[in-house]
Amino acid sequence: MPILAAICRQHMHLSWRSGQTVLAVSFLFIAITLLPFGLGPELKLLRALAPGLLWVVLAISLLTSLERLFQADYEDGSLDRLLLVPLAFEAVVLAKLLGHYLALVLPLIASVPLAGLLLNIEAARLPALVAAMLCGSPALVLAGGIGAALAVSVRRGGLLTVLIAMPFYVPVLIFGAAAARVSLETGLETGVAIGPYLGILAALSAASLLLAPFAIAAALRSALR
Amino acid sequence: MAEIENLFSKVQHSRDAVCRAEGLACVRGAMPVFEGVSFAVSSGQALCVRGANGSGKSSLLRQLAGLLPLAAGVLTPPELARNAHYLGHADGLKAALTIAETLAYDAALAGHGDGSALGDVAMRLGLAGRDWQFVADLSAGQKRRLTLARLVIDPRPLWLLDEPMTALDDAGCALVGTLAKAHLQSGGMIIAASHEALDFADAELLLGSEA
Amino acid sequence: MLKALENISALYANPTRFMGLAAKLHMPLWALAIGLLAYGLYRVANVPADYQQGETVRIMFVHVPAAWMSLFGYSFIFFASVTALIFRHPLGHVAARAAAPVGAVFTLLALITGSLWGQPMWGTWWVWDARLTSVLVLLFIYLGYIALWQAIDEPIRAARAASILAIVGFINVPIVKFSVDWWNTLHQPASVSRLARPALHADFLYPLLIMGAAFLVLFLAITLTRMQMEVLRQRLRARAGKGGAAHV
Repeated sequence: MPILAAICRQHMHLSWRSGQTVLAVSFLFIAITLLPFGLGPELKLLRALAPGLLWVVLAISLLTSLERLFQADYEDGSLDRLLLVPLAFEAVVLAKLLGHYLALVLPLIASVPLAGLLLNIEAARLPALVAAMLCGSPALVLAGGIGAALAVSVRRGGLLTVLIAMPFYVPVLIFGAAAARVSLETGLETGVAIGPYLGILAALSAASLLLAPFAIAAALRSALR
Repeated sequence: MAEIENLFSKVQHSRDAVCRAEGLACVRGAMPVFEGVSFAVSSGQALCVRGANGSGKSSLLRQLAGLLPLAAGVLTPPELARNAHYLGHADGLKAALTIAETLAYDAALAGHGDGSALGDVAMRLGLAGRDWQFVADLSAGQKRRLTLARLVIDPRPLWLLDEPMTALDDAGCALVGTLAKAHLQSGGMIIAASHEALDFADAELLLGSEA
Repeated sequence: MLKALENISALYANPTRFMGLAAKLHMPLWALAIGLLAYGLYRVANVPADYQQGETVRIMFVHVPAAWMSLFGYSFIFFASVTALIFRHPLGHVAARAAAPVGAVFTLLALITGSLWGQPMWGTWWVWDARLTSVLVLLFIYLGYIALWQAIDEPIRAARAASILAIVGFINVPIVKFSVDWWNTLHQPASVSRLARPALHADFLYPLLIMGAAFLVLFLAITLTRMQMEVLRQRLRARAGKGGAAHV
């Protein structure tokens, strides 16, 4: 356990030190800033589209942050070392993913309320949106991790990672956006109404948690051969 | 060098340990690299693997470390890689970390969290007083010295060293030699790939000689 | 070096028996595919025009079987990859790789014909209809799979990575299908996908089934030919490897 904690901490440390965290959050805000230029500055329209836009921008920011998830370690030999750690490699992979989640994904989700403000979102809808993102984002990271691991030996594998991971994002986006939609329609009863959606998102995350570490570990092992 | 020899004074590896390889073969892509490689290294012995470029020295070490599958042959004991250190061409160092942070991470990966003896290790490896220097600013030889710290911090019985003398100055080479001898004295084993002879090696294995 | 070379042949040239079988199957399979396709198209040409949809109903006889083949193709890749990974049969990788572009083309065909059929009905070239949307996502799954094969240079590494993706992606297909269907009913409660429900009158059903059989045999014929090419290419590579080994 202390070894896994060290691996997780190391990943967070490096994400922060090398500016990945700041970059990812900046990317999210830049994408949000571009939207009104494309859609027009009409606040009513932006407000209506805000939850969906925020989900899509979150997913894209997350995808772009994944390219280097394993690649730096693959290139500098750190992955060899991690493979020789006397623990299940799947657990090591999970520790790294947790580090990525804490260092990059949580700051991204934390910036969503502020980004929502720029899109004129109603404050009352934010809790449901953030809750849905918290439930669904593990699935996004785990699925993205599969893409990153499969493309790890490919130079400039970023686009390949996106292409591989994107189909896995469809269900999460559908139910995540639906939760935000329902929160608009039901008003006060939101907590009860979005329960099932949060449940489905959490189930998607749980299923990814069961499956993805094995796929990622297998992909990384075969890339090291 | 006396203080370096003392680094392993408290370490005692099993004296009956034997690392045995029988009929190893390696295939890269569609290319056969080597075949029928057999050797045995027992406690306190060092084997130097030699051969021309492309003869498969690095591949053999990666196979021993469990990073590359065996195309044929048997390795005993099967849990060999679990008790091994592998130092390859890629050093696994992070440019954005300082020496102190790197050593602390090495200690954490080895499973002992307290970093009390780390300054001591750094001093003995000739990196004293550089704790807060970033790895990015180190020379190739200094980085090599820093990777040697793993061998000291986490005593494992088998060392797999790929070109251990690369980028090191005379003092650095002497340092590797002293570390290796101390390790062998405490009952460890070493398998090193090198294109030149290593003075601590007891035996040599020549790859790619048959063709 | 002899033993190592035998190991390579176990990896690469083992499909000798397959090549013998393929050579025998090749011509009959293609003849059957072309025959079925010709007969199917003839039957489709003689289907009476639909009282609602007119002549455009004929597009359905391409669209629906193409959509079937898009799913069949991916299932084929999945089972081939499982065979390759679990039973360590190298032919599985060859089959999966050979089938992928074929399945992708059928998927693209389903999308194009769906769009062509929808245009007169919906008045627009693209509708986010549940069926079209999930077929579109399936196309992306195919493209990711093909891109992965192409991006990794080392064949064994590429084969392993691709089979991992094929298996994980296969689990994802029903999840995507379910969520897209659900999403569609959420947004368009009234309109039911009309592409999904052809009128199952016998006049329509038989030509549809014949076209389905024709596409299936065509898929198998193209995949078989591509597999033969792939095995030959790998043999060439292995031979180059043998030549390279001489100076080691």
